[in-house]
Amino acid sequence: MTPPAAGALEQDEPSFSGSGASGPRLVTAPSPGSLPADLQQRINQMQASRLDSKRLPTVPALARILPGGGLQSGGSYSVRNSAALAMALLAGPSAQGAWCGVVGLPEFSVEAAREFGINLDRLILVPAPGAQWLTVTAALVDVVSVVLTRAPEHLAPTDTARLKARLRQRGAAMITLGSWQQSDSTLGVAESVWEGLGSGRGHLRARRMKITATHPSGRSRHAYLWLADLQHGLRDPAGGRLPAGDGTPDSADGGDPLFWPTLMNS
Amino acid sequence: MDSAPDGSPPTATRTLLLWCPDWPITAALREHSLEADAALALVAKGEVFACSPAARQDGVRRGLRVREAQARCPHLICLPYDPDLDQRSFEPVTAAVEAILPGVQVLRPGLCAVRAKGPSRYYGSEEKMASVVFTTLAAIGLTDVRIGIADGLFAAEQAARVAEETDDADAPLCIIPPGRSPWFLSTFPLDVLDQPKLAVLLRRLGIRSLGDWAALEAADVRNRFGEEGALAHRMASGIDSAAVVPRVPPPQLDTTVDFEPPLVRIDQLAFAFRMSAEAFVGRLRGAGLVCTVLRVVLSSDSGEVSERTWQHPRWFDADDVVDRVRWQLQGGRNADSGLSSGITRVHVDPVTVEDLGDHADGLWGTGPDESVHSGLARIQSMLGHGAVLTAIIAGGRLLADRRVYIPWGDAAPGSAGTLPRDRNLPWPGRLPGPVPATVFAEPVPAVVLDAAGNGVDVDGRGVLSADPAFFSAGRNTGPRWPVQSWAGPWPITERWWDPGGRVLNRFQLVDPSGSAWLFLLEDHRWWAEATYD
Repeated sequence: MTPPAAGALEQDEPSFSGSGASGPRLVTAPSPGSLPADLQQRINQMQASRLDSKRLPTVPALARILPGGGLQSGGSYSVRNSAALAMALLAGPSAQGAWCGVVGLPEFSVEAAREFGINLDRLILVPAPGAQWLTVTAALVDVVSVVLTRAPEHLAPTDTARLKARLRQRGAAMITLGSWQQSDSTLGVAESVWEGLGSGRGHLRARRMKITATHPSGRSRHAYLWLADLQHGLRDPAGGRLPAGDGTPDSADGGDPLFWPTLMNS
Repeated sequence: MDSAPDGSPPTATRTLLLWCPDWPITAALREHSLEADAALALVAKGEVFACSPAARQDGVRRGLRVREAQARCPHLICLPYDPDLDQRSFEPVTAAVEAILPGVQVLRPGLCAVRAKGPSRYYGSEEKMASVVFTTLAAIGLTDVRIGIADGLFAAEQAARVAEETDDADAPLCIIPPGRSPWFLSTFPLDVLDQPKLAVLLRRLGIRSLGDWAALEAADVRNRFGEEGALAHRMASGIDSAAVVPRVPPPQLDTTVDFEPPLVRIDQLAFAFRMSAEAFVGRLRGAGLVCTVLRVVLSSDSGEVSERTWQHPRWFDADDVVDRVRWQLQGGRNADSGLSSGITRVHVDPVTVEDLGDHADGLWGTGPDESVHSGLARIQSMLGHGAVLTAIIAGGRLLADRRVYIPWGDAAPGSAGTLPRDRNLPWPGRLPGPVPATVFAEPVPAVVLDAAGNGVDVDGRGVLSADPAFFSAGRNTGPRWPVQSWAGPWPITERWWDPGGRVLNRFQLVDPSGSAWLFLLEDHRWWAEATYD
């Protein structure tokens, strides 16, 4: 749609004065500028869509520090010390309608999960798999997109490899609380500061966190985030777009003398 | 069927009517295996719906408020009224009558009608026919039965009601000879027509009995009172045109398996029941139905009866039926554990059946949810019905109260209609701010100390003994973390009038590393309720 419009503008250009033509150029300038970036992103996506690395939707705040730019289907991730971080990882796929499973976590707070944007209708909990952890997890991997679990202390390397193969075959992702030998990335909260609490006054309101993602090779990336960024991270892009969409007519009304005359001239 | 062609006077069908008085009470007494002379009241919407003769003697009446009824009769047993139970328990009676007299119409539970002409000729006379019915019903343990035989349904019902006043206590029977129904009905008051408005109007017109009413000209009645009045007039005249419409006996869909000798192992039982389960599902399929709600009744050697209704998010196939029987047996135990006593009988009854067409698979399957369900059913068959859960959020002050788990398949996920507490109510005292991500299933014992190393406590007036300075959480006294910032006590007093109520204080604590905890102080002891990790 953009190229014909630009072409039409350029055809019109000679019939107007130079100052009048600069207006349309200003308006159309961003789209050719962003076009290479868009294309590059699409190329990246197409290059990345090998069998084992389709990307699952991820909270943008975390997608930036995860290897490959988000949760990869077939991948396994471990979260060191934060259930909230694990919930934020679940929230991305769940908000897009994927089924999620939680195995062996009786203390998983569904109310917090809902705050993170996880759809409780499509959340399956198996709080006590007992001795059949592996069977249950494997059966869940068959049917849901993301499984959150606490890894058992002792698991034979062959079983780990088999589970990993199952994950890759089914295109599901696994998130473990605690360490997991073959994880693609280990996330953790390195620093955390709470706001809103004094000595004897107030209540917890907001949390500032430094989140690190460590690659098995030892390379690590980090991000400073508010807890609210994780919770509303999914709504943010839509929310960001909405004010922009509303903003354009507003600025057009407010900016009448600047833009409208030139557009009407053209 | 007996409606006469135009011109000749309409005639009524010769009808036998069987009436079991107080059927809801009889059914409830049998279901809950109570004494026949127990004072029992069935309650619907806070009012007495039906009561047993013993309760009636003490002054309990239909329509009385429960509290008033209990005041009049202190040993009254109150049970909720269950219309399904009436239907269900009347079914054996219908079946027994059907075995000896063809074509039974069930008017409502406790009341059924049969066309009397054919059977009376077969048994010799109407009296003999009635005595056969009495003996048949006595054989299934039903003695309080009344029979009326007359021309037409309405007259027969009135005859059955009169039968209790006849002398013969063993066989209350009232036979109105053919053609005498109008005479029999003529003395009845207008109320038996069950049309209160019409009765009031007729009384104002000076008509006091059915005889007076029947004496009016049929054409005039129709002109003045319309179709409804004409119907009531015909009933009063004993030319009730309502024919007995025999029911078609429903196909036998439930299944019962008896085990002799009793089986003591669950896996044995599951194996033995599999064939019957397949036949059960096959029969349903043959009738073009699928079962979505199932009732399993297990009787054991020691006389225990376990009954439970199971739901299914889609519909039951044979494996599902066997699974439900197994789950009901094993309760919380393992699959290979023995039972306390042997199982002698398994009865499976489809409670809700739906048309197969509504549940058929689409041409390309019905989407991914189907595979989710079958995968979860596999996990359920491994771990038990209650091991695979979906969650909904209920109302409450404590975080553990706010989450409600529902076993997969028990109700549609996300349906909040069955919640005990409403989330949208205000719940003063609930937690402000972000919700902790980890809520311990059981509160974890904790220790909170002040700067001098003494335990921190809150007195009866809600005053803190000292500012908390150190805390630890965990079964064994773990490392002590200094308190960086804290807030509290936030008192929660739940149901102070109830011995089961709780009085506790809530605290939020943050240590220097930035991890935050939610602590409870109840009865001078500290617990960690949740952590914001």
